Amino acid sequence: MATHMAEPAAGGTEATTEHLTLEDRVWLLRAMLLMRGLEERAMTLYRQGKVPGSFYDGYGQEAVSAGAAFAMAPEDRLCILHRDLAAHIIRGVTPERILAQYMGRAAGITAGRDGNVHFGDRNLGCVGMVSMLPDMMLIATGMAMAFKLRGEPRCALTWFGDGSTSRGDFHEAMNWAGVQKLPVVFVLENNQYAYSTPLDKQFAVDPVERAAAYGFAGVTVDGNDAEAMFEATREARERAVGGGGPTLIEAVTMRMHGHAAHDDMKYVPKEQVEEWRKRDPVDRQEKRLSDLGFDVEALRAEVRASIDAAAETALSGPMPDPADVVEGVFCRGEAEPLGDGVARWSGFASKAVA
Amino acid sequence: MATLTYLQAISAALRDELRADERVLLMGEDIGVFGGAFKVTDGFIDEFGPDRVMDTPLAESGIIGTAIGAAVVGMRPVCEMQFADFISCGFDQLVNVAGKMHYRQGLAVPITVRLPSGGGFSGGPFHSQNPEAWFMHSPGIKVVAPSTAEDAKGLLHAAVRDPNPVCFMEHKHLYRRIKGEVPEGVFETPMKARVARRGEDLVVIAYGAMVHTALEATEDIDGASIEVLDLRSLVPLDSDAILDSVARCSKVVIVDEANQMCAAGAQVAALIAEKGFEDLDGPVVRVATPDVPIPFSPPLEQAVLPSVERVKEACRDLLAY
Repeated sequence: MATHMAEPAAGGTEATTEHLTLEDRVWLLRAMLLMRGLEERAMTLYRQGKVPGSFYDGYGQEAVSAGAAFAMAPEDRLCILHRDLAAHIIRGVTPERILAQYMGRAAGITAGRDGNVHFGDRNLGCVGMVSMLPDMMLIATGMAMAFKLRGEPRCALTWFGDGSTSRGDFHEAMNWAGVQKLPVVFVLENNQYAYSTPLDKQFAVDPVERAAAYGFAGVTVDGNDAEAMFEATREARERAVGGGGPTLIEAVTMRMHGHAAHDDMKYVPKEQVEEWRKRDPVDRQEKRLSDLGFDVEALRAEVRASIDAAAETALSGPMPDPADVVEGVFCRGEAEPLGDGVARWSGFASKAVA
Repeated sequence: MATLTYLQAISAALRDELRADERVLLMGEDIGVFGGAFKVTDGFIDEFGPDRVMDTPLAESGIIGTAIGAAVVGMRPVCEMQFADFISCGFDQLVNVAGKMHYRQGLAVPITVRLPSGGGFSGGPFHSQNPEAWFMHSPGIKVVAPSTAEDAKGLLHAAVRDPNPVCFMEHKHLYRRIKGEVPEGVFETPMKARVARRGEDLVVIAYGAMVHTALEATEDIDGASIEVLDLRSLVPLDSDAILDSVARCSKVVIVDEANQMCAAGAQVAALIAEKGFEDLDGPVVRVATPDVPIPFSPPLEQAVLPSVERVKEACRDLLAY
């Protein structure tokens, strides 16, 4: 039941885990750059009136989803939340489908039936979130329950925020997973605010402390370090598939933008934002790699080009056809379970896709 | 054919499904070692073990939520709410996660939620409700409500084998009161209405326990020929069968044990007003529980639940219209 706080790294070339090759570390950066770039592009499209509804991003939190998803095997299953775009990217969702999704177009993952980050590609082993955020903790717990019942060495993972820890489903999932000792990884994305509500109005005890009370491990990780996130999740997955039960990972990070596009974040002290800006997860990973002589600028150019191409493709795609709007409420064929996702980590080399 | 009670028919369907399909898993509070509050799963744990007849923590949102998770990775969970009333604690998972999943992302959620519902034995405000209309109003959830032993078995097979979330409304007051011939083995009852008794002067439309109330009330009303239509399924609602009965009988009484406001019968009345108006020979009459919580004390409870007398009186008045 060890609880430890990873020291925020100042940058530098040190490898935080021996399990990552240079190529792996580059992939972590690529996923974060894609997330940041796609979200910036989507925000522009939102301001141009091309993204309906509202827009949510995970600026400054890219390492949490990139690092955790990177440790997941193809046969693992994920419930991905709204500040975790890098997880979709790692699992294999293409940039043009993501932008089409934001714009409510036919080529989006939900084909316009749900908005923005409310999606999960069922063919890649992902369940789309609902707005009642901790609901997904129970879905992940149920998937893990099935894996355990069938004796399969797989795990389920979900993200959720500090606000979610106040809801009953947080308790029901943590308790259930503890009682049945399930192979599930809970990633608490502590980004300091639930909409405008700060931590001291959310809980009296740091939620990572509660893991012990449910009978399993809780660890606190620097959520702005993709490699530390990967390593904590890799360990949690190993524990899960080895029969050691769940893990609660508290990823400490900061929501650098408002809750959604309309939110000017007046309630956050400027100094707090400035302090966290120095710990930007993308900068940190870039510095690590450039110190090793890797050409970061070339990677940035590659990512920019792929986002430009994706935007062009997405913008030229059609809107969904309202003629079908009442179709698909019920499944009329066979129930098909979730398919496998893509794994990028070299540790899954036999299954990895370059 | 074997003669089974309504409860035995439900048990038999569950047993057959557990034997036929290793993906089927029962989940609920006190269903394993204890065999369930109503003993529907009595002895199951000995044959199928504690993994497949799972005693869960006392957490209805947890039961529905984990069942959804298990279903999307290939299981066929059948959840028991100890009493239908407790589904309010799992409402969010059922309505927001399960019900919307296929429409949003093409992912099927094959779960069955068994809801022991209904009043008539002093269960009081929290052990007597008929919450089916809550789910009729929520897209993506099927709702079935058998009235006979045969349909209880056949509809439960159909629910478990359906690729969608299905609420299976099993009326507690029918558990041991109703018996009937049930075919051997697995059979699926279609989610369509059934004419319980054919007639031509008036039709009483009902489902669940109220089918029996309707049959008893209309056995002999001055020799009139009275049809009883058993809806059996509320989602999908068998519009063709309803309109067919209306066309033949021209007078309609709709009975709900649920509270009157926006009950299943209100939807049936709306359908008839919209599509069966030309066939009517009198106003559509509704008999339902008034909009009060179900009271505990026997004279109070009997005063609100639709009785044989109230249905008989409604039919007599309408026949004379």
